[in-house]
Amino acid sequence: MTLLMGGVAYDPKVVTIWAGFRDWLRAHDLDYDFVLYSNYERQAEDLVAGRLDAAWNSPLAWLRCERLAAAAGRRVDPLVMRDTDRDLTSVLLVRADSGCATVADLKGRTVALGAVDSPQATLIPATFLRREGLVPGEDVTIRRFDVGVGLHGDHIGGERDAVRALLAGEVDAAAVVDANHLLFGQEGTLPPGSTRVLAQTPPYDHCNMTVVDTAPEEPVRRFGELLLSMSYADPAMRPLLDLEGLSRWEDGRTGGYGALAVAVDETGFYDAEGRVTAPEYVP
Amino acid sequence: MAPRVLDLRGLSFESGAHLLVQRALRDLAPGQRLGVTGADPALEVHLRAWCRRHGHRVRSPETEGERDARAWIERGSADLDRWADAERAGGPSAADTVATPPGHWGLAARGALVESGGPEPPFDLNHRDLVWAEIAPSLYRHAASAQWDPETAVDWGSEFALPDEIERAVVQVMTYLVENEQAALVVPARLLARIHPHFREVMQLLAVQAADEARHVDVFTRRALLSGGELGTSSVSGRESLETLLTEPDFSLASFLLSVLGEGSFLNLLEFLDTNAPDPVTRQVTALARRDEARHVAFGVAHLHHQSTLDPALRSRLRAAVERRHDSLQDTAGLNQDVFDSLVVLAAGEWTPDAIARGWEKVRKLQEEMDDGRQRRLVHLGFPGDEAAELSRLHTRNFM
Repeated sequence: MTLLMGGVAYDPKVVTIWAGFRDWLRAHDLDYDFVLYSNYERQAEDLVAGRLDAAWNSPLAWLRCERLAAAAGRRVDPLVMRDTDRDLTSVLLVRADSGCATVADLKGRTVALGAVDSPQATLIPATFLRREGLVPGEDVTIRRFDVGVGLHGDHIGGERDAVRALLAGEVDAAAVVDANHLLFGQEGTLPPGSTRVLAQTPPYDHCNMTVVDTAPEEPVRRFGELLLSMSYADPAMRPLLDLEGLSRWEDGRTGGYGALAVAVDETGFYDAEGRVTAPEYVP
Repeated sequence: MAPRVLDLRGLSFESGAHLLVQRALRDLAPGQRLGVTGADPALEVHLRAWCRRHGHRVRSPETEGERDARAWIERGSADLDRWADAERAGGPSAADTVATPPGHWGLAARGALVESGGPEPPFDLNHRDLVWAEIAPSLYRHAASAQWDPETAVDWGSEFALPDEIERAVVQVMTYLVENEQAALVVPARLLARIHPHFREVMQLLAVQAADEARHVDVFTRRALLSGGELGTSSVSGRESLETLLTEPDFSLASFLLSVLGEGSFLNLLEFLDTNAPDPVTRQVTALARRDEARHVAFGVAHLHHQSTLDPALRSRLRAAVERRHDSLQDTAGLNQDVFDSLVVLAAGEWTPDAIARGWEKVRKLQEEMDDGRQRRLVHLGFPGDEAAELSRLHTRNFM
């Protein structure tokens, strides 16, 4: 029976990546296919309903699958993740000449966040502000940059718009994932030395390949084994791994989603049964 | 040996710090450690993000002995894996070409270290024997050094006045030349886009050949319009003959029909025009074009000579190509009558019966010389004399 995986088409390259992986997996005797979704919510629902065996999930979609599965008496597991999904951090940026020296100094000011459903640029930073004593919407004004809603922050546009607003003086701080701060500096969106890292969140994990317990056991095991065996030295695989942004697959783990789970509860993004309860969220 | 600590001082990742990190990692084996320190406040943030992207692990100092660095990298292997089975695309010199360059070398410079994998552009002329001639590199160098500027190489301002009908004959011949040069531009341009760039001297030579023809089109057009009149006629038969050159997909056969037979005959025609030109501009433009065309013929002959020594069946294919072209043109008139008449008028120089008879005789002699030239080249390519004579006779009456 075909092992069916879901993926979200946040960019046209997704087709190249998974069609390429499909050829390779089939060449290694795994009967595999994929379907693409326009947003993570329907994918999460279909996985738990057993219409998919696996789903390449954002961290937020992983949490929703966990809750939906628990409510339905099912179980989901993270099979594998990319080496680049481990131990990410988000940073709160201010302009280099800002008078703010600590997070507390942002009180009464405006902070730019990414899309409403972005773990790295909105949900985790909002919880981080709260931990630091600033309640979003009360102690600080939030200005959100909703680009690619439904894609759980996979679209980089919201973060780029947020730092542009920071540079333009429209906001006092902006939250982005560490890798994008590096990227924006290197691509020239942020001139060198124009911003300062005011604070950094503790590390958290990003995407994972979620599998559901209704999926056939042996193909799932083989799927994980094959993904873990993909080598960056293989010229046929390397361009696909580059496109997907990893140099190797690693075992899945659940320990890196705690901060996001807290954020989901604090913002009321999903309820305990995994229902979408976030206001202003229309994927 | 204690692991090294790299001090970036004030350099940030926003200003190129990764270059120093990368350089220091180059000397380490996967699994070995590098300490990194520096003054940039964002150092740990950016180092972590950079290392994650490049397959290295990072951790904070844990023991007292590690505190002289702000972070420790454990070297990964992704960069080494990328180049693990890279190979040299032959060598830079023409002597280092390989017979069948792999498709994925594609546009890489010959001699470059080529990462494995990647696209395979559709260069179907991908075997040395399909395109090569030992003389190609030196012909290219000569061609590049012999480029001339249409603006200054011709004395466009020289004073002369021709009788109307002589001028009309010049204009008609120029109109015909432009048409032929355009075919001679398109044919190598089409072929060069199909040649594997590993054989770059052939590609370069054909590129210059196309550029030569572009200048010829330019100067012939300018000479035609010098007296302010209109261009001459273009016949269906002439264009039909040229069209058969465009449709030949085989590199050697196209080169044979265009360069060896067509441009070879054109050498005689341009010499004829040089000798019989009624004015200095016509003489200059035809002399300039003739020098270039001689190079084109030389490459065509050299390539086919090279190939005929490797492939004994080549001659029968060349013969078949001439016969095919002859058959497809059998029911057409061949040379535009206006062109033929103009050549006679130019050679005659005036409208007296004696002069026209002289002109006629000269054009007949020109055709004889073209035939002799073609036969000579065919014999050089290994055709027996009688077969060379027969094939030369089958060549298009349109000269090119």
